[in-house]
Amino acid sequence: MAGISSYGAYIPMFRLPLGKPGGPERAVASWDEDCVTMGVAAAMDCLRGRDRAAVDAVLFASTSYAFKEKQGAAIVAKALDLRRDVTTTDLGDSLRAGTTALRMAGDMVRAGSARQVLVVASDVRMAAPRSPLEAQLGDGAAAFLVGAEDVAAAFGPTHAVADEIIDVWRTEGDPFVHAWEDRFVLDHGYRAVVTEAVAGFRVRHGLEPRDVTRLVLYGPDARSHGATARALGFAPEQVQDPLFGRLGNAGAAMTPLLLAAALERARAGERVLVVAYGDGAEVLSLETTPLVERLEGRRAVSWHLARRAELPSYDLYLRFRQLIASEHDRRAGAGLSATKHFRDRDTDLALLAQRCRVCGQAQFPRQRVCFTCFARDDFAPLRLSDRVGRVMSFTFDNFAGSPNPPLVAGIVDVEGARLYLQMTDVTPKEVRLGMPVEMTFRKIHEAGGTPNYFWKSTPVR
Amino acid sequence: MNPEAIRDKVAIVGMGCCKFGENWDQDPQDMIVDAAYEAYADAGIDDPQRRIEAVFCGAQYPSKGTAEVADALKLYDRPVSMVVNYCATGTDAFRYGVFAVASGMYDTVLVVGFDKPKDRGVAGPSVAVTGVRGLPATPAGWFSLCAARYFETFGASREDLARIAVKNHHNGTLAPKSMLKREITVEDVLNARIISWPFGLYDCAAQSDGAAAAILTRRDLARSYRDDYVLVRAIGIALSPNPQEDPAFDFLRWRATEMAARQVYAQAGITQPRKEIHLAQVHDCFTLTELLAYEDLGFCEKGSAKEHIASGTFALDGELPVNTDGGLKTFGHPTGATGVRMIYENYKQLQGKAGQRQVRSQPTVALSHNIGGAPQACGICIVALP
Repeated sequence: MAGISSYGAYIPMFRLPLGKPGGPERAVASWDEDCVTMGVAAAMDCLRGRDRAAVDAVLFASTSYAFKEKQGAAIVAKALDLRRDVTTTDLGDSLRAGTTALRMAGDMVRAGSARQVLVVASDVRMAAPRSPLEAQLGDGAAAFLVGAEDVAAAFGPTHAVADEIIDVWRTEGDPFVHAWEDRFVLDHGYRAVVTEAVAGFRVRHGLEPRDVTRLVLYGPDARSHGATARALGFAPEQVQDPLFGRLGNAGAAMTPLLLAAALERARAGERVLVVAYGDGAEVLSLETTPLVERLEGRRAVSWHLARRAELPSYDLYLRFRQLIASEHDRRAGAGLSATKHFRDRDTDLALLAQRCRVCGQAQFPRQRVCFTCFARDDFAPLRLSDRVGRVMSFTFDNFAGSPNPPLVAGIVDVEGARLYLQMTDVTPKEVRLGMPVEMTFRKIHEAGGTPNYFWKSTPVR
Repeated sequence: MNPEAIRDKVAIVGMGCCKFGENWDQDPQDMIVDAAYEAYADAGIDDPQRRIEAVFCGAQYPSKGTAEVADALKLYDRPVSMVVNYCATGTDAFRYGVFAVASGMYDTVLVVGFDKPKDRGVAGPSVAVTGVRGLPATPAGWFSLCAARYFETFGASREDLARIAVKNHHNGTLAPKSMLKREITVEDVLNARIISWPFGLYDCAAQSDGAAAAILTRRDLARSYRDDYVLVRAIGIALSPNPQEDPAFDFLRWRATEMAARQVYAQAGITQPRKEIHLAQVHDCFTLTELLAYEDLGFCEKGSAKEHIASGTFALDGELPVNTDGGLKTFGHPTGATGVRMIYENYKQLQGKAGQRQVRSQPTVALSHNIGGAPQACGICIVALP
């Protein structure tokens, strides 16, 4: 039996009000986040308490990944400190990429080519500033562990339809998603193709709406989503809240995020029907097991929805996305030395410190000679990314260029090792000596025009 | 190590210092010539080509290296060396000059410290992005890292730091070659824009261009230059672990200062620094750096600095005047020049030639101190009248 054995989610802290404060809003990735960092965060939520060494493959789905050549799944695997012999691949180019990855993971497990597959779907899509589309989008990520053991939601039958249509698109070099006229998109794209796919699924697998506990349905906006769910024959109480006005359309991560939300409140024995759209549509059915009620300690969707901070201005949103010029160009400079990056991967991406095998002192970054007992080359690796640290010292730096000054920086003690880290998703008035912080994978800068990643600290909330 | 190996063996017989500031119209070579020729004149040297046997330079951001100095002064056909050691660069160049003379290899050498940061087009230090770790790489951010814990442990505040800035601004008004000549108030300091908490604008040193020079000779030759020569009693350099990585660091001190202080006090035989040192120039790149130096140098007990700041122990007319020429804060901070500029000030004070800022107590022993990097490099020099 192949299925989902764990899930996790990530929604960035910031919300952009779409009208008056307190009303509808959308989730906005901070200036140091992108689809990779959010994907890592969702995966860490998913892998809480799991043996990372047991992960055999990583499928990373996004339409907004920065590189055209160079794999996102490999960065995610390194940041998570997974084994070197994992199978990695990226899926992109379609809003269906997240659910396609989930189906492929199930197929891999059933075929026996992997025992545990990590599926990560993440998107930070941009539409032109002040366009109606911009208000519908939202940033987020979801992750699933798919395997044959400890299954909490077993994969059932699937059905897919491919459809060529110019409804929503983005070309290379264009930062913004575009869409054709909404009635055309709805009538001949989204509603028509979703209806076709669900009808095909019913014919093939004989599943009626009344057999379904929860419908997890993609939708471009609240109205189209609600109307389509009704037209498909589902009652409102069967339909997973699409989170418009709170999260927004999270692109390739939307359906996966809604599935995570559905699993979060699922009981054993539920039938969940997942319907995704994008250049066609696909339907995936799942059946929950008693284990679904025992997946605790996940932040998933509800925790992240509750953790929110309103962006004080639309201007700040534009600065986050670098849509207005600033004195500090984050893309300036020659960029990282590839050879230095190569040597520092364990330290900078996997956040591996080391513990002296002679005296036990943890230290960071990589040393040849122990800080404490001066023993040479006798260290065991120590992963700090999933540990809680304490703030030893801090400052609020207005001199370092930041889209949202001041930049909070300080020394964090993790397991006795000291790390000089920026602190993110924090306001200066929250910062105290000794406060517990966790590690979060972030984009430090884009020198040379590429996203360059390292870890920051953030208050444990 | 023999702590007495250099004690009082090397004499300073001439010093020079150019006007520090935003010297837009001067090349490094212009400033080097100003400083070195003042030192020649001060030593009564009119034949530097014959007298200067070796040159030791210090610069943190040299564009041309040793040639900058050799070309400026036309001092060829002899050793010209350069050291880089963070903000202790000037002190370290001076230290190599002392060793060169103490070894007996050379009779008379020239030390030149200089830097030209104002050619970089930024108002403060430039913020280099070479990796992803260790950012933000701003000196104010690094040097502020002791503040939160020090404040919490010892009850000090931004106001205590402000008084240091006020003192140094006052002293700077009395130094003709200082960059800033403006009295300020505690309110000015507290109300200024924050650079990196707790440092506001006035808690930060003025980055400037500048050059300073010293002429060193053997003690037995000193009188051939002048009667009021000054002896080098002790000089040390210490590196500490990077405070950002050091697993044992307590954020209440800068360990490099404590380490270098142990070296020089052993060399000088000093056991009661506050009594035995009569004035000091300490590294005040930021106000907290000066506060920590009071304690780390043993001028007062750990945690007691704020009482001494309040009572004026370190004021120009206090028990142990500190930064009598305005310090980095107002005199300016061309990194490689600063250590040599501090020795220049101590030399003038010991000779009683410090003009309006002359300390009243007829000092005979003076200390200068630099700390730089993360910070992890400290240099200390003690000079004394024979």
